[in-house]
Amino acid sequence: MSDAVTARIRQNPKYQELINKRGRYAWTMAIVVLVIFYGFAMTVAFNPAVLGEPIGTGLVTKGMVFIFFMFVFFWILTAVFVRRANSEFDAMTQELINEAWKDSK
Amino acid sequence: MNKTFTRLSLALSSLLPSLALAAGPAMEATQKQPLNLHAIVMFLVFVLMTMGITYWAASRTKTASDFYTAGGGITGFQNGLAIAGDYMSAATLLGLTAMTYTSGYDGYIYMICFFVGWPIILFLMAERLRNLGRFTFSDITSYRLDQGKVRTMAAVSSLIVVCFYLIAQMVGAGQLIKLLFGLEYNVAVIVVGLLMMVYVTFGGMVATTWVQIIKACMLLAGGTLVMFLAFSQFDFSIETLLEKATAAHKKGIKILSPGSLLADPVTAISLSLGLMFGTAGLPHILMRFFTVSNAKEARKSVLYASGFVGFFFNVIAIMGVTAIIIVGTDPQFFEGGVVGGKLIGGGNMVAMHLAKAVGGNLLLGFLAAVAFATILAVVSGLALAGASAISHDLYARVIKKGKVSEAAEIRVSKFATIGLGLVAIVLGILFEKQNVAFMVGLAFGIAASANFPVLFLSMYWKGLTTRGALVGGYIGLFSAVGFVLCSKSVWVTVLGNPAPLFPYEQPALFSMPLAFLGAYIFSKMDTSARAKSEIEAFDDQYVRAQTGYGAAAASNH
Repeated sequence: MSDAVTARIRQNPKYQELINKRGRYAWTMAIVVLVIFYGFAMTVAFNPAVLGEPIGTGLVTKGMVFIFFMFVFFWILTAVFVRRANSEFDAMTQELINEAWKDSK
Repeated sequence: MNKTFTRLSLALSSLLPSLALAAGPAMEATQKQPLNLHAIVMFLVFVLMTMGITYWAASRTKTASDFYTAGGGITGFQNGLAIAGDYMSAATLLGLTAMTYTSGYDGYIYMICFFVGWPIILFLMAERLRNLGRFTFSDITSYRLDQGKVRTMAAVSSLIVVCFYLIAQMVGAGQLIKLLFGLEYNVAVIVVGLLMMVYVTFGGMVATTWVQIIKACMLLAGGTLVMFLAFSQFDFSIETLLEKATAAHKKGIKILSPGSLLADPVTAISLSLGLMFGTAGLPHILMRFFTVSNAKEARKSVLYASGFVGFFFNVIAIMGVTAIIIVGTDPQFFEGGVVGGKLIGGGNMVAMHLAKAVGGNLLLGFLAAVAFATILAVVSGLALAGASAISHDLYARVIKKGKVSEAAEIRVSKFATIGLGLVAIVLGILFEKQNVAFMVGLAFGIAASANFPVLFLSMYWKGLTTRGALVGGYIGLFSAVGFVLCSKSVWVTVLGNPAPLFPYEQPALFSMPLAFLGAYIFSKMDTSARAKSEIEAFDDQYVRAQTGYGAAAASNH
């Protein structure tokens, strides 16, 4: 059923390399976010008192700092991911399509 | 109640000094007016501007692709702003400020729950959505499955999500505008409905996108200004702010740690699941991924959108805490001048009172206009998503089996928009006195339980078959609706029964696993020839999802 180009892409070892590499990268990032976030959600659910403890001598609590850290850190992760996906992975993808295109001609 | 709230101080000239004096305590109100002129003038400017854009957009909306996805020609940055505009509804601005004001830290927890879906959407979904989808997310779920049945299921759950979200927005709009502008509730609902119909039917996705972009800029600017002025009263010191806030709040130091809102673990986890995966299943949000030209721009969209959303949530958090002191200790914002009593206009007015306190009537007017514009933009996005489920999925693909001209499809879409607009107006008026807070939760619950599991499995799991998708999708849909109907907010509050049948407010923790399980078991049990060919078709679909080869391209303009 597959058209010639799609079939070529599937046969190209670089295709496997691309999806493995990018897949592993994306899932690692996602798991980092999920573990941190659900770790936090579990703390809210089962041990909320910890989050109310002050972080220093003032009133700022661990919970506040941690949420702020998540906002910043998760956004940095998106920036890092977009950078790599839009350069390295997209270049691999383009190469793959070009090769398949040429071969099927 | 609206009369006491909307006060005009003086003409425009006197407002500049009051802005300059914003660092001082709240301003004196000199006379009462039933209409808030600043707000109305600024809102009219917004309407005129967006009407101009709609007129321009109408001339560029010729094909179905123009109508549904702006021809795929939106840039990542523009789409990021538009997604932020779509996602930050008036409920976000008003509701989360109010939640921080009353509950402190719990408000901040809600905000991170609303935010955390975005990185996940980027890592696991953005690229595949763009590469596989064309006009609606049902394009993806039905890519290799039975067009008629799976599309119908996806379109029906899209429409249900859209309808609940629309009702909640319309009722909120009516009440808000009644308060802020001094307009009648029914007039406000009709104005919102009509404007939405004009934007969407004439300007399609091009106009909707620009309405959202302008609104997002206004919201970011207005919110940041209010936050800046309010925070400056505490010399931009978090420590000073918290000290005064805990002194002023009746819960005192307790506002700094998790409180009663999420006291129960099941609720906390169910809520975070629902908000996170609900975001990844909202039809109007998913549709935005088809407006950019390729996966690269789709990823950039999420980067910008999550930047704006994350920034704005932190702005709102600070607004909420400063309001504890600035609004919470000022008699002019309480009914009868009793500090600690009922806030004038109800709890959701915290952000508005804060704007008035730090920037006078001009800033109040601006923020009110922003809130109105926000509702309009969100409602337009919803209407377009609903209309495309009717015209593209149900009419063109299911009923006509793809044998339909573009002109006819667009025509149906426009009628569907008008139909949805009328339904929204009528339901908005009918539900005026109802508590509609549960409807947004329900919309997220259904999106997380019906749309998300099937969409996710269709992109990731080779083994998904038509039967599995249908069973999973419908189980998710009915269980989410069922749980919410039996929960306290509907069974007790709306229907007046003594005790809820389902003890929790949030369905996602229960309905999502049911949907995934249903989809898995019924796919595995499906040994038909059709199932076999559907499974075989996955590898080619996967090539397109991964490489974008064969994906719908941007049309030329």
